[in-house]
Amino acid sequence: MSTAALPEVGAEREPLVGSPLTVTDFVRYQGASGDMNPIHHDTEFAKAAGYPGPFAVGMLQAGILSTYATDWLGAPNLRRFKVQFREQAWPGDVLTYTGKVVATREEAGETLVDVELACTRQTGGTHLKGWATFVA
Amino acid sequence: MDTSLEGRTAAPFTMVVELGKVREFAAATKSTNPDYAGDPGDHPVSPGTFLMSAAFWQKPENSPFFGVELNWHRILHGEQEFVFHGTPPRAGDVLTGVARIDRVYEKAGKRGGTMTFTESVTEFRNPAGELVAESRGTMIETSQAAS
Repeated sequence: MSTAALPEVGAEREPLVGSPLTVTDFVRYQGASGDMNPIHHDTEFAKAAGYPGPFAVGMLQAGILSTYATDWLGAPNLRRFKVQFREQAWPGDVLTYTGKVVATREEAGETLVDVELACTRQTGGTHLKGWATFVA
Repeated sequence: MDTSLEGRTAAPFTMVVELGKVREFAAATKSTNPDYAGDPGDHPVSPGTFLMSAAFWQKPENSPFFGVELNWHRILHGEQEFVFHGTPPRAGDVLTGVARIDRVYEKAGKRGGTMTFTESVTEFRNPAGELVAESRGTMIETSQAAS
């Protein structure tokens, strides 16, 4: 356990505003993760499935939300990260990532910090809700 | 809803957490955190969602859905969770993964119809057999076409 100051409940991280989403971002993430579902990069395929075009890979924004949190509370300290997918995000969307400490607690001799996270579209709609736990 | 799928367990697979993959994955998720970088010989920690890339090490028979008929056009990825029993995996770690279907349950949809939730979990163990990480995904199948 480190001796760094424990984040206070209610502490918020400065929001991260992403650059507009591009299909290139999706393809790069898909190549890195191994999920090559064409619905995220093939316009004809997405239209045939009833969508106006390719939509964002939720796990890409989940990954950005995860590193947004670990940049704050420490990459090696992460013990749990959960994300819930809400409304879809689309190329051109500008997403804002936010995080807030909601609890600190002791468990099995460790101090844990619980964080609530969100990724919000420029429309105000919620793309992702997230939860993370770090060891202090 | 097919609750008989609960407990369906796939064949184990082995994955190596590779330095280049950690760097590539971090860059693809737009991270510039030096904790996810590292030079040859370093063992940087992997990002929180890195275990998605286990897909590269999984053959069809390593999926608990292997041989199951699914309406993929009605299935959405609802949730994804990662649990680490200690520091997340580091470059150089060798992990054995076993995936299983954990729970199948139904809920009423907000706009009518029913939604079937299927939770699968992949448990990752180190060479000593200790559980080091879990990746849990929830797939949602709608009784109406996704809108």
